[in-house]
Amino acid sequence: MDSLLNAQTVLSTLDATLRVSTPLILCAMAGLFSERSGIIDISLEGKMLFAAFAAGAVAAVTGSPWLALAAGMLISTVLSLLHGFACITTRGDQVVSGLAINVLASGLTIVLGIAWFSQGGQTPALASDARFMPLELPFIEQIGNLPFIGPFLEIVISGHNLLVYVALIAVPITWWVVYKTRFGLRLRAVGENPLAVDTAGISVSLLRYKAVVIAGVLCGIAGTYLAIAQNAAFAREMTAGQGYIALAAMIFGKWRPVPALLACLMFGFLDAVAIRLQGVPLPGIGEVPVQLIQALPYLLTVILLAGFIGKAVAPKAIGVPFAKER
Amino acid sequence: MSTSNVELPAWIEVILIPVLNICLALFFAGLIIFAIGESPLEAVGIMLNGAFGYDEGVGYTLYYTTNFIFTGLAVAIAFHARLFNIGGEGQAYIGGLGVGLAFLLLDGYLPTVLLLPIGIIAAALFGAAWAFIPAWLQAYRGSHIVITTIMFNFIASAVMVYLLVNVLIKPGSMSPETREFSQSSWMPFMHEMLAVVGIDVTRTPLNLSFILALVCCLLVWIYIWKTRWGYALRTAGQSEAAAVYAGIKPKRIIIITMCISGALAGMVAVNEVMGVHHRVILNFTAGYGFTGIAVALMGRNHPVGIILASLLFGVLYQGGAELAFEMPKITREMVVAIQGLIILFSGALALMLRPAMVKIWLAIMPARAVAQHG
Repeated sequence: MDSLLNAQTVLSTLDATLRVSTPLILCAMAGLFSERSGIIDISLEGKMLFAAFAAGAVAAVTGSPWLALAAGMLISTVLSLLHGFACITTRGDQVVSGLAINVLASGLTIVLGIAWFSQGGQTPALASDARFMPLELPFIEQIGNLPFIGPFLEIVISGHNLLVYVALIAVPITWWVVYKTRFGLRLRAVGENPLAVDTAGISVSLLRYKAVVIAGVLCGIAGTYLAIAQNAAFAREMTAGQGYIALAAMIFGKWRPVPALLACLMFGFLDAVAIRLQGVPLPGIGEVPVQLIQALPYLLTVILLAGFIGKAVAPKAIGVPFAKER
Repeated sequence: MSTSNVELPAWIEVILIPVLNICLALFFAGLIIFAIGESPLEAVGIMLNGAFGYDEGVGYTLYYTTNFIFTGLAVAIAFHARLFNIGGEGQAYIGGLGVGLAFLLLDGYLPTVLLLPIGIIAAALFGAAWAFIPAWLQAYRGSHIVITTIMFNFIASAVMVYLLVNVLIKPGSMSPETREFSQSSWMPFMHEMLAVVGIDVTRTPLNLSFILALVCCLLVWIYIWKTRWGYALRTAGQSEAAAVYAGIKPKRIIIITMCISGALAGMVAVNEVMGVHHRVILNFTAGYGFTGIAVALMGRNHPVGIILASLLFGVLYQGGAELAFEMPKITREMVVAIQGLIILFSGALALMLRPAMVKIWLAIMPARAVAQHG
């Protein structure tokens, strides 16, 4: 037990937590924008996967992480616009549309990957200058010598790549946009009562399109992070359900940015701990099956949705296509 | 002018628009093949030949079709009650657990005539049980069934990995799968049954489950359109308020419908576990549950449409395997991409062509349109 609980292990687990939580945080914020506007988004997974593929491919061909990031954000936004077109313009079923994007991304990334790179669906491994590499915060060595807070800052906060910090900054920005700007007020209104927004002379469609585009950009960053920051290449199915975990985290956070962030960190922590707990018996409980820890985010979300731990209330107009009266 | 309240003749709504949507999906699939640098027409030729060109191909095509009929029916019956069951994958997986437990306990003691029905019932019961929980949560706790069934797919996967790795694994084996069940519990293969009546066909995985799938189509059709339960189901799907007014209990409909849906999805285990693998293996569901959604959308939730759509996906799966062999640049995942396109065009964008159709219809039929509005 000593080996599990010493300060070094705790800090490095928290460090890993932050790394695995990053795509979850970005996707949860993406889902929040979309769903607050009244558009269900189960396509976080597919957008992130396709963005990861685009980023991996562009980084491999051009060697530029910035072009890769642009490609990831672009392709994800295109998929978002497709989702928007299906849900907003043709008023199709939002769940079906999201599912279509997930299935399409799952198939097409592998087909194109094999056709273009012939490496079984992988993109070529990247050199470090084609990736986003860890950044050391300024004066971190001096700060690291401070008692208590020093090692925390040095090990947990410092030494991540740029996109981790982007994810962390995305949360207060999301909070500010949703709660403190005119756009945010309208966004929340359109998800609750689109008719009222329409009556006020504001375009429901345009607002919702803006929301899904923001979601696309954020998922694009998440996918880019997976392919060229956390890893050194795109691998087939590399999102592995993280888009759904992010969706669960957003619901767990009751469609609010800060609670969603905490849910992402909790799910990320479970993921980071699952690896460490494998085969290690806990005092009083015995060995915890790693599958149980992996399933915990889904289980907790089901329990929350069932109203057994607080009540998660979705935006009222979610999933309902808006038909403008003429 | 809004086009959504203009009525179109049934043949446009039920046949023309759906067929055009499928054509659009296949057109984009062709475009992808073209972009990869292969000839789409040649690819179609290879696929059709792989699926129907020789009796082994036909056997495999119908074997895949069997799975899609089960999962397609599962999604469709839920759609009729306006429930979206994304959980077919998990329900099929847990159905396999039911078959596995039943046969691990009983296969040494009972004869085939008892084992086969027991296996089928176990698959249906376990699939239904896995659908019951999200249904109950939707009916009595108000949780969204789409989200719960998605979560239950992941939970099913974790449960099955745990059980296969730690509990059900064949003693002394390294790979996470159960022991092989005794031959008395195997679903008879089609080539064996045909050999009995003197017809000689190549050995394929096609088995008696195919007939079971067709029977399920008939039963679902009777249930939805010819019984009072089906009437209640469709009424609740159309309007909950009307259903309540008519004395129908929507909560009960949700639970019964989802249980039937889960039972149908569980039947995939009959084809895969009882029919082909004869043991429970990891991920034997291989995405068939998700394909069921495309099948139901494409078949417009009608058993006849589902049989046709399942056949198309059977062709895509079997022909796609052949295609991957003949054209090394194209892989089996192409079928997944096509599936995505079909869900997109037949499902999400199903209404895309309608406004244009209304305009064309009004242009060529001005008199009738005026009469309608008059």
